[in-house]
Amino acid sequence: MDDTILQSRQRVKLETEAVSLYYGSFQALRNVTLDIRECTITSIIGPSGCGKSTLLRIFNRMNDMIPGVRVEGIVKLDGASIYDKNMDVVTLRKRVGMVFQKPNPFPMTVYDNIAFGPRRHGHIRESELAVIVERSLRQVALWDEVKDKLRQSALDLSMGQQQLLCIARALAVEPEVILMDESCSALDPESTLKIEELMRDLAHTYTIIIVTHNMEQAARVSDMAAFMMMEPDKAGVLVEYAPTAQIFSNPKDKRTEDYITGRFG
Amino acid sequence: MEIRSTFHKKLREMQDEVLIMGDMVSKAILLSITALENRDIDLAQQIVTDDQKTNRVRFEIEEKSIQLIATQQPIANDLRIIVAVLNIITELERIGDYAAGIAKITIMIGDEPPLKPLVDIPRMAEQIVSMLHRSLAAFINHDSEAARKIGAEDDIVDDIYDQVFNELLSLMIEDPKTVTRATRLIWVAHDLERCADRITNICERVVYVETGKMEEIEASNY
Repeated sequence: MDDTILQSRQRVKLETEAVSLYYGSFQALRNVTLDIRECTITSIIGPSGCGKSTLLRIFNRMNDMIPGVRVEGIVKLDGASIYDKNMDVVTLRKRVGMVFQKPNPFPMTVYDNIAFGPRRHGHIRESELAVIVERSLRQVALWDEVKDKLRQSALDLSMGQQQLLCIARALAVEPEVILMDESCSALDPESTLKIEELMRDLAHTYTIIIVTHNMEQAARVSDMAAFMMMEPDKAGVLVEYAPTAQIFSNPKDKRTEDYITGRFG
Repeated sequence: MEIRSTFHKKLREMQDEVLIMGDMVSKAILLSITALENRDIDLAQQIVTDDQKTNRVRFEIEEKSIQLIATQQPIANDLRIIVAVLNIITELERIGDYAAGIAKITIMIGDEPPLKPLVDIPRMAEQIVSMLHRSLAAFINHDSEAARKIGAEDDIVDDIYDQVFNELLSLMIEDPKTVTRATRLIWVAHDLERCADRITNICERVVYVETGKMEEIEASNY
């Protein structure tokens, strides 16, 4: 089936409507409207400082941790507003997991890294946890490499393995959405390609949003691409949001074309 | 372990689509000769109409190739395969046009009495279709050795064309009233001869995928 037809039949998982974000009096995001369909990979691309990570963090309210932050507009997960006062942020962050740029395994064993989240969410029987740990590590194709090292420190793993561990850790709490903020930037090319293939596998089950400054990666891996840029007052705006194949072969907006072809950066 | 399995799967699917397009134009060539032999105007009309579908398929594959280049940054052998696909579908589309051209000649002939039983022209068509199937198989299998040999079979088609031309020329000289009908048959034979040239071009692209070099397999006499 044609990819674009498939996407139009998938339901909307996350959506923003005229979202703006302020750090105090500084407007970091202006009027962003987009919808993200279930089980797709969306990449957010654009020059440094244009608000890509800020937009990503809208979806799991990580921006809340910054003093003085204010969000306007509507952000919905499965049709329910996530900025509603009744929304439990802990539950939100279980449903919408995050993987960061620098691998950040906890200073614990491989096993305890994965088991940490499930333990916090009520799984306390070791037999259950063992199943979850193995399942999560298998999902990221790391099980065979670490099954004999589960009681060793996660910090002893290679960078690529550590990042896979972080993805497994996010998967262990059975999220619905995975946010990946420049998750391959610190990795070698082979590890990067492995994680890109993993993303395509995971997209059968999860909705994935990635921020990347690597346009080639965005082109390779995502179904939809959102191009952002900074306006003169430094507010980030969404310029164009379309299927990736279209953005990279025939973008509608000249600003998108200029950026992806390197005519401005 | 294949790291870029998603991309390589799309590349294989695209090559399969080239095979399917090859099948479409092979059938069109054979049916165009059947229509000519049987004076089947309806069949000829259908071939002309179906050529639009071939043209659409060509552009669909081209669009997919462009998207693969734009999104997957292919290099080395992968890039040469996509470049070859872009060239091969152009050649196939022209072969489809020749089949439609032959069908239009059938329509033009209408119910005029046949000049002679067709023997060599159907032989040319069979040779061409065989070459086309084998050249596309060589493309899928990255078999440059087979491609060189198939490309050289263009000589066989050229020889049959010479026979057809000389025979029809003699007929026209003997009986000038046959000139119109004979000329139309020469056009048919010429279209088929051009198909063989296109197939040689396909074979050259197969060699290119493996070696990275464009080499002429056999210079046509025409």
